[in-house]
Amino acid sequence: MERAAPHFQEELELLTSRLLEMGGLAEERVRRSVHGLADRDLDEIHTVLVGDEPVNQLHIEIDNRCFRLLALHQPMAADLRAILAAVKINTDLERVGDLAVNIAEATQRYRAHPPVKKLIDIPRMAEIAQAMLRDALDAFVRRDIGLAQRVLNADDQLDTLKTQVFRELLTYMLQDPATIEPSLDLILVSRHLERIGDHATNVAEDVIFMVSARDVRHHAGDLAADPLAGA
Amino acid sequence: MKIAVQGLNFYYGQKRALEDISVQLPSNLVSAFIGPSGCGKTTFLRTLNRMNDLIPGTRVEGTVHIDGINVYDPSLDVVGLRRRVGMVFQKSNPFPKSIFDNVAYGLRINGLSANRADLTDRVEQSLRSAALWEEVKDRLSEPALSLSGGQQQRLCIARALAVKPKVLLMDEPASALDPIATQRIEELIYVLKKDYTIVIVTHNMQQAARVSDYTAFFWLGRLVEYARTDRIFTAPAEKLTEDYVTGRFG
Repeated sequence: MERAAPHFQEELELLTSRLLEMGGLAEERVRRSVHGLADRDLDEIHTVLVGDEPVNQLHIEIDNRCFRLLALHQPMAADLRAILAAVKINTDLERVGDLAVNIAEATQRYRAHPPVKKLIDIPRMAEIAQAMLRDALDAFVRRDIGLAQRVLNADDQLDTLKTQVFRELLTYMLQDPATIEPSLDLILVSRHLERIGDHATNVAEDVIFMVSARDVRHHAGDLAADPLAGA
Repeated sequence: MKIAVQGLNFYYGQKRALEDISVQLPSNLVSAFIGPSGCGKTTFLRTLNRMNDLIPGTRVEGTVHIDGINVYDPSLDVVGLRRRVGMVFQKSNPFPKSIFDNVAYGLRINGLSANRADLTDRVEQSLRSAALWEEVKDRLSEPALSLSGGQQQRLCIARALAVKPKVLLMDEPASALDPIATQRIEELIYVLKKDYTIVIVTHNMQQAARVSDYTAFFWLGRLVEYARTDRIFTAPAEKLTEDYVTGRFG
């Protein structure tokens, strides 16, 4: 089989590479914000707080690319799924970028107080969330359903850790009201990390849809079998 | 099930143009045939009302049943078959007669109308069904060839509908029309499927996607995939179909 109309294929490849760039930026910002919290590194925090613009610009550019490809090429089947997936992944990555800013803001507030405790579970959550994001993007590049499925499986760990963080900090707050403010910020950070995991999960679900046409959201089942189920 | 095809092979002389086609096309829905030029989609369409009989040196194996009737039964009245299975062609082909006489033609030669009033009624009904009545009601005696291309094509559809077929075969009915006339034909197809089983051959994949309920993809005389249209264009089961609908083909 020959390739598609080359200019469409080129556009599609460009879209993919821009999306990966977006993913790279989002990952980088999460990494910096988490690093800023764990190592109390002000420079990292500052970089995250002022550096949202490239992500926002890419967000718009990628959406425009998708919009134009849909309108001008009327793609079908795998190409159509790839572009729909790109639109959704784009939104998830932009949200991840926003969450990195939220973590940086919470960190900034947290630094105004003495540390509540040594951070153990939050760095673990950060590690898991970052790994999920990285794996979801790798799954996208390699069209690897197995890896995407592992991302989905990892999400439970984050939920468990978030609950654990909340319970632990609750005991600190009950013992010493002075810890309430910084504890709330840590709880917020854990919540943001858990949300990053959710977005990575969405990306992984979109990868599965893109590659196999299976809709695994909310246990929706097989798109191919009944595309309009629930419509 | 309106049309049931089993193990159909078709030959132009020694050359096999259709290979072992088995498919069932449902009633009151639109089935579209897509595939590259020379893939056999038009040949297959024409086996459904034995239009290929008119080409010397052709041969058919296998069976086609429409409403349970064996289309290739040697004792079958082929003219009656073509009345039940009407056809509209790529290029509109009105007779060099008036608009009225074009639609009345099949009714007259088949003796299908009782009297003049009945004939007039059925002509009007057919023109209405083909969404042409409002445009031609004041000029029924004018030559059909004075109509625009899109109107001529709808006239041919009216002519086919006049003899009350059960099935309507359409061979690229809009390929020679501008986008507006094409849209009218597509809307007509959508309306007509309530009363007819429609099979359409089209080179335009977007058209197949817009008008049909089921789509068949043909390739080198084989039926590669026949499935719900939304499935064919979102998640086809066969790699060949996927390659064709995404334009990754030869």
